[in-house]
Amino acid sequence: MSAVRTFVDLLAGRGDPAVLAPPDWDGVIGVARSEAMLATLAHRLADAGLPPTVAALFADQRAAAAVAQRQALWEAEMARRALAPAGIEFVLLKGAAYAAAGMACAAGRQIGDLDILVLASDIRRAENALLKAGWEWVKSDPYDDHYYRAHMHELPPLIHKVRDRMIDVHHTILPRTHRITPDALALVSDAVTSADGHAVLCAPDMAVHCAAHMLADGDLQGGLRNLWDFHTMTRDFAAADPGFWGKLDGRAEMHGLQAAVHRAARLSRDLYGAALPGGWDRQDPADVWFRRRLFARDDWGRVTQPSLEQAFYIRSHWLRMPPAMLARHLWTKWRKR
Amino acid sequence: MRHRTRIAVGPVQFRIGSDWAEPVAALESLYAGYPRDEMRPADATVRLFAARPWRRWLRPSVHIGGDFVVPDALPLPLSMGLLAAEMGMNLQVALGWRRHMLLHASAVAKDGRALIMSGESGSGKSTLAALLGEKEGGGDWRLMGDEFTLIDPAGGDAFAFPRAVSLKNEAIAEVAARVDAARLGPLLAGTPKGDIRHLIPRPEAIAAMHEPARPALLLFPRFGGEAGIEPMGEGEAFVRLTEASTNYVALGEAGFAAMTRLVRETPAFGITYPDSAAGVALVERLWAEAAR
Repeated sequence: MSAVRTFVDLLAGRGDPAVLAPPDWDGVIGVARSEAMLATLAHRLADAGLPPTVAALFADQRAAAAVAQRQALWEAEMARRALAPAGIEFVLLKGAAYAAAGMACAAGRQIGDLDILVLASDIRRAENALLKAGWEWVKSDPYDDHYYRAHMHELPPLIHKVRDRMIDVHHTILPRTHRITPDALALVSDAVTSADGHAVLCAPDMAVHCAAHMLADGDLQGGLRNLWDFHTMTRDFAAADPGFWGKLDGRAEMHGLQAAVHRAARLSRDLYGAALPGGWDRQDPADVWFRRRLFARDDWGRVTQPSLEQAFYIRSHWLRMPPAMLARHLWTKWRKR
Repeated sequence: MRHRTRIAVGPVQFRIGSDWAEPVAALESLYAGYPRDEMRPADATVRLFAARPWRRWLRPSVHIGGDFVVPDALPLPLSMGLLAAEMGMNLQVALGWRRHMLLHASAVAKDGRALIMSGESGSGKSTLAALLGEKEGGGDWRLMGDEFTLIDPAGGDAFAFPRAVSLKNEAIAEVAARVDAARLGPLLAGTPKGDIRHLIPRPEAIAAMHEPARPALLLFPRFGGEAGIEPMGEGEAFVRLTEASTNYVALGEAGFAAMTRLVRETPAFGITYPDSAAGVALVERLWAEAAR
């Protein structure tokens, strides 16, 4: 069996780590690293019987992830201190939100940039407050800057000059030019407060955003991780609230993201063994391409189907903007090469 | 990948894959004396690959990849495949290793105590460590490594990473005059880092690579100028070593605690020296007078 399938089975709890031969671990660890999920796997297998050197490597990963998570939450606190005096409230998104809310998928999850969501009407003031508090522009290119401001759902990335950490300030969860326009006001106004005092999206919105990020915006880079987030959060939300799937359906429809959310649910069933309720537990022939893309890694961690990867890259841009604009954008980017 | 090998250096088990046979063959001959465990899963993966299939044969150029990738790293010609492999191994350790605090420093040990030398490229830290490790009538200094010194955050001990020593430019002739030619790798001339030739550490140093040593002396060598010794305060040593560590920030509080303890418990000096003989003499003198 291919390493990526073994990896997915181990996460899903279908595979028995005890039966893996030492060479199999190379592939599993290689795939896990290339998906930025080695610490996630290390948490999943924390109580399993492992070869001693693998157990030691996994212990390193768990410890490193705990430090990285503390640093990510500190960064969220730094943003709060920068924005609170201006009266700007924000909602944490993605990795930092999962950590702040103490969710299962946060265990070992890599957190890259700090992603926050503010009201569109606050975005200029948020930018000024962050610049005053020590963040600065990463991109100096005027076209890139214009592109972000005119078309994207976030400010051009900012980096803190002392701590060297990036922040992405969003005003919605999909590009302005995307065919779908989620209800950003509802995202912010229905946000809830996490255990540590940060605002995070309400449970259904969190799952909607996760699916949107993976399937409506991205090109499925890091898809296994996003899908793991989606799977574990929907599983736990549904366990806490039997009406969760119904609420999720309604909320997804309101944001125009029902197709993405249903596909994410089906994929999490297909890969991670999620139990779906009636109305969700269907088949869609197109899912096969998504599964193929998610499984397209060899045991050296390389993407095995470059043309499929390319196709998903083009798809992500196709969804993001109308054809004429896409052509102009690609032309400009190509001339700048 | 088509060609592959496994190498254990210190605590790190590498898996190295290559599109070409040559770099793997060169590695296997350089690392023939290292312990091999084919059944131990790898901690780190290095890939040496052609960016396009035809570049395996047509002006073959070696891209360095693996678990961690530097986005704009330039490829090397196949004749420098061994250097590419070495850079790939260093990169994976620098960016991926979390069990120890990594110092970009050379180290030698005697009687279970370690002398750690940190400095920028060209400071002579590799050459000094190599020369000490090769001292006549030797056997008393054990080479721990010329690139990374590993500090255990819990106990404070130094651990070895004795990869093949990367000798550069003038240091090649200096060391080659003292060792058996069989312990030297091929000459890699005109690389981006100048001429390079690898020195295989003594078998005793490889055999003892898992043995910890207590940090006893920190030196910050600088090649050139009059021989001189400058005692260094804890604060300066701390700042210099945080800059020389690739994972100090990632280790968080554990890194801070390990670094603080290291500079508090270990005497530190900056040294300048006009030539290797003077450098070795200075180091030996400080070891006798000041090492803890």
